Amino acid sequence: MSEYLHYAVGEPLVDAAAPGGPIAERWDRRRFEARLVNPANRRKHTVIVVGTGLAGGAAGATLAEQGYRVVQFCYQDSPRRAHSIAAQGGINAAKNYRNDGDSVHRLFYDTVKGGDFRARESNVHRLAQISVEIIDQCVAQGVPFAREYGGLLDTRSFGGVQVSRTFYARGQTGQQLLLGAYQALSRQIDAGGVEMHTRTEMLDLIVVDGRARGIVARDLVTGRVDTYLADAVVLASGGYGNVFHLSTNAKNSNATAVWRAHRRGAHFANPCFTQIHPTCIPRSGDHQSKLTLMSESLRNDGRIWVPKARGDTRPPAEIPEDERDYYLERIYPAFGNLVPRDIASRAAKNVCDEGRGVGPGGQGVYLDFADAIARMGREAVEARYGNLFEMYERITAEDPYEVPMRIYPAIHYTMGGLWVDYDLQTTVPGLFAIGEANFSDHGANRLGASALMQGLADGYFVLPATINDYLARHPHDEVPHDHPAAAGAVAEVTARLRRLLENDGDRTPESFHRELGELLWDECGMSRTESGLRKALGRIPELREEFWRRIKVPGSGEELNQSLEKANRIVDYLELAELMCLDALHRSESCGGHFREESQTPDGEAARRDEEFAYATAWEFTAPGAAPVLHKEDLRFEYVHPTQRSYA
Amino acid sequence: MNLTLRIWRQRDAAGPGAMTTYEVTGISEDMSFLEMLDHLNEELILAGDDPVAFDHDCREGICGACGMVINGRAHGPERTTTCQLHMRHFRDGETIDVEPWRAAAFPVVKDLVVDRSAFDRVIASGGYVSAPTGSAPEAHATPVPKPVADLAFEHAECIGCGACVAACPNGSAMLFTAAKVVHLNVLPQGAPERASRVLGMVDAMDAQSFGGCTNTGECATACPKGIPLTAISTMNREYLRATVKGGVRRGT
Amino acid sequence: MGTRPSVGGMALATRTDRPPSLIRSAWRSTVGKKAVMAATGLVMLAYLVAHMMGNLKVFFGAGEFNHYGHWIRTIGEPFLHREWFLWTARVALSASVVLHGVAAYQLSRRDLAARPAKYAHRPRRKSYATRTMRWGGVILALFVVWHILDLTTLDVNPNAQEGRPYENLVASFDRWYVSAFYIAAMLALGLHIRHGFWSAAQTLGAGSPRRDRALKTVANALAALLTCGFIAVPLGVLTGVVS
Repeated sequence: MSEYLHYAVGEPLVDAAAPGGPIAERWDRRRFEARLVNPANRRKHTVIVVGTGLAGGAAGATLAEQGYRVVQFCYQDSPRRAHSIAAQGGINAAKNYRNDGDSVHRLFYDTVKGGDFRARESNVHRLAQISVEIIDQCVAQGVPFAREYGGLLDTRSFGGVQVSRTFYARGQTGQQLLLGAYQALSRQIDAGGVEMHTRTEMLDLIVVDGRARGIVARDLVTGRVDTYLADAVVLASGGYGNVFHLSTNAKNSNATAVWRAHRRGAHFANPCFTQIHPTCIPRSGDHQSKLTLMSESLRNDGRIWVPKARGDTRPPAEIPEDERDYYLERIYPAFGNLVPRDIASRAAKNVCDEGRGVGPGGQGVYLDFADAIARMGREAVEARYGNLFEMYERITAEDPYEVPMRIYPAIHYTMGGLWVDYDLQTTVPGLFAIGEANFSDHGANRLGASALMQGLADGYFVLPATINDYLARHPHDEVPHDHPAAAGAVAEVTARLRRLLENDGDRTPESFHRELGELLWDECGMSRTESGLRKALGRIPELREEFWRRIKVPGSGEELNQSLEKANRIVDYLELAELMCLDALHRSESCGGHFREESQTPDGEAARRDEEFAYATAWEFTAPGAAPVLHKEDLRFEYVHPTQRSYA
Repeated sequence: MNLTLRIWRQRDAAGPGAMTTYEVTGISEDMSFLEMLDHLNEELILAGDDPVAFDHDCREGICGACGMVINGRAHGPERTTTCQLHMRHFRDGETIDVEPWRAAAFPVVKDLVVDRSAFDRVIASGGYVSAPTGSAPEAHATPVPKPVADLAFEHAECIGCGACVAACPNGSAMLFTAAKVVHLNVLPQGAPERASRVLGMVDAMDAQSFGGCTNTGECATACPKGIPLTAISTMNREYLRATVKGGVRRGT
Repeated sequence: MGTRPSVGGMALATRTDRPPSLIRSAWRSTVGKKAVMAATGLVMLAYLVAHMMGNLKVFFGAGEFNHYGHWIRTIGEPFLHREWFLWTARVALSASVVLHGVAAYQLSRRDLAARPAKYAHRPRRKSYATRTMRWGGVILALFVVWHILDLTTLDVNPNAQEGRPYENLVASFDRWYVSAFYIAAMLALGLHIRHGFWSAAQTLGAGSPRRDRALKTVANALAALLTCGFIAVPLGVLTGVVS
């Protein structure tokens, strides 16, 4: 462990692809300067895309439309099931349809500030510019956004911004946007432009002469491990929130693709930046397999409280008004229940740590609609939140019209990811990362309704423009399937799978995942301390050692073996978790979703330390269990000047 | 709760299968049905047995991955997805039959896992609007009346789980196909491909060994997202309209 | 996932090949075939309404009934030659029966093949409508054959006098088992129409949430009307009202 802590600081990392000039012109300039591939030559280029969520689906469809040969992968049985489908709230765009003062610049400003000044200005500005085109694109695809009676698009406001710029399709915006991308992708599959491999999971990256030239993937049905070669590889494999075991991610979402790429040379940026969503349904027991998010919009009308006395087990209805603590309204009178996600989450943790939490295990706070029902009437509440109340009741068997909801924060999104330059290219030439898999746009905290925006911006507009430049500059020779780099990667993958299968242990993969997740949640979750992180960094190598000693995986590798899939993902979590803790330990400031107890203002708020930490960390892998090398990318703020956030 | 489970076990697509009985104890009524199966699988692994394979992913009722026939009903006794079905809807001591979707177009892969790629081929045969990236006009160029947008949304909610096919005595995919046809055909954006879409998708559906529709309505009853049965009638109308007007099919 | 050649911008082009024959491709599709069943079913239904009304003339005596039987052969005269209309109708009906039956057979074969494995846990109520339609259809087909042999070609009629439909009918229904078979067939017909009419409306795209109740009401009314109207005749004979 001590060795791991003694990481070296390497050369600073510079984004060589970033164009200069006025920020509003940079994207145009980059697109003009980027080389193009002659349309007739595109078919000769093969691009691998891993993942079919908003970013991957959009990228695969768009690259095939341009004429590239796309080979695409997803572990699900259909590209339509990627976890983007579960996003509820909406997608931001600076359309200014409301004439409420919105603009590209304001969306840019809000996103940089919301990210607590830990994102790159150029990237965020480009995102805001493209947001406008995304809505046009999705409407043209037939995405059924909510509309007003006049037939125009409806918008709503979201997460602490002062304009109404969030487009939505009831509570299923992610589903509708994903189906749009999936349909565009399906059209290309039918046209022969995309070779789709479903139920196929990427297990390693093939790097030849320093360039990403393919992947090793396992057919999850037959167990066959194959190499797939290409001129460039795009990872759109999502975030790594499942390292926490319990999260709002899909059960099979995993970090293997990005982690294997990291081990092959792609730097990992800001791994400790994870977002915790304040309004999830609390866990009901040890059997809990995942957590379910309730839309943030509930905080518009619900009031959050806990009993004033610790250990008060009375039913909520029997706790009189003056014995309740509406703690958000008390501590943050200006914003009340509408403070940003990170602040609401931490406040809930604090009251629960004080022993005032409610529900099983004291891990919950009340979200009470009694006042809203008294004020607006039950029908108005039902019209606004009916489907959410129904979902809550289905899961908990409690009627939120009668009994206050119980909520608790949960891991929801990871801002960190593979380091990419302005072109979304990682430190391995030819390897690109898009969507949640990269670290680029959200800094230390993501605003609501911005994940969908970023995924689609990367997939539809950014990557298809920038990958041209790489392909045009690097005419590639064919790599033979038996190239030593490919054969070596296959050998490593199969050896690891065999080791998992042959180990004669007595613990299930699930039990290790749960233990790792609990450790991370406690020490690298909502608030972090040096001692806690050091403790976790001590425990993780032990757990890893125990894993390889005691893991038990049934069945064989030549069949559909879900236990093997799971165990293989946990191997990577056991390494990634260590890097997350190290990154959190290194960043001794608090910012966004990363709260270090040592760095707070006198009234207990996160204290950023710009003079020391105005950079993104990018970790270089050295060897398993050995200390990584830290590279810093300095962040310069020319257009939005860092200020301390205040919501009191 | 203690339960007796009778679960279809089948090693692979080629193998024979059989209902196999398991006793599970200590089930909490707050568990979801899949968490109950997780519990069983943990015990099976420790006992050196092969755990039960089943598809699942988001576990919040939207990805459409999970699906099994529970006591003869697709997704079980409640109108929801299997992942959102909770054990409080069962009685202590009950015997529960768990089977995979049954349809010629959905061959069993293993245990409760079936191959639903036929659905993807139906969508690929016209279930889209041809709008290549970058070609879109300004979003407000074409207003869409709210009732039309709502109608499209109601049909776009389909999660592609396959419960409609599993519940249909004919293994028909009419409700699935119709949901996409209606979603896109009622919108102005979908109008230019209105005829080729329905012709192409129905052709693809027929090519996938799904059965035909006998209007029994079992599909709509089983649908966890409440896709209305009238979607089928609307698709039939679109199909006949396209045929009568000499609609063009997509090339092959 | 084929590996069809598609070069560059070609993937963007809208492809607009014309199919060889719309009727043929419609017949090949399940939806088109169902539409044929629906349309032919409606033709037969229209015929049955006329047939039933004609049958009821039996209650007004042999003269009127036989005159009606004679008139059918002279419809359209002098524009049409004798029996032209009748034969046109017979051809149209036969075509409908054949198309309806062939489509039903082919679709049923397909439907059964689409569900090769059954569920171990059988739900209580399932495919009631489908089963009634299939078995009801078979019963009706057998009935029609016998019915034509009995009262059209008179091959199995005990009276068998050309041009004397009233007497032939009474002679046939005087046998209780013939009447019983007829009544059973008409009950099957009622059930067939009850689901078939509504189903045809769905198949032809006339279904909508607004019209659903109306369609079901019309289906039930037609089924009841036709069943009662047809059954009235053998009952009349058996009770001696018609003799």
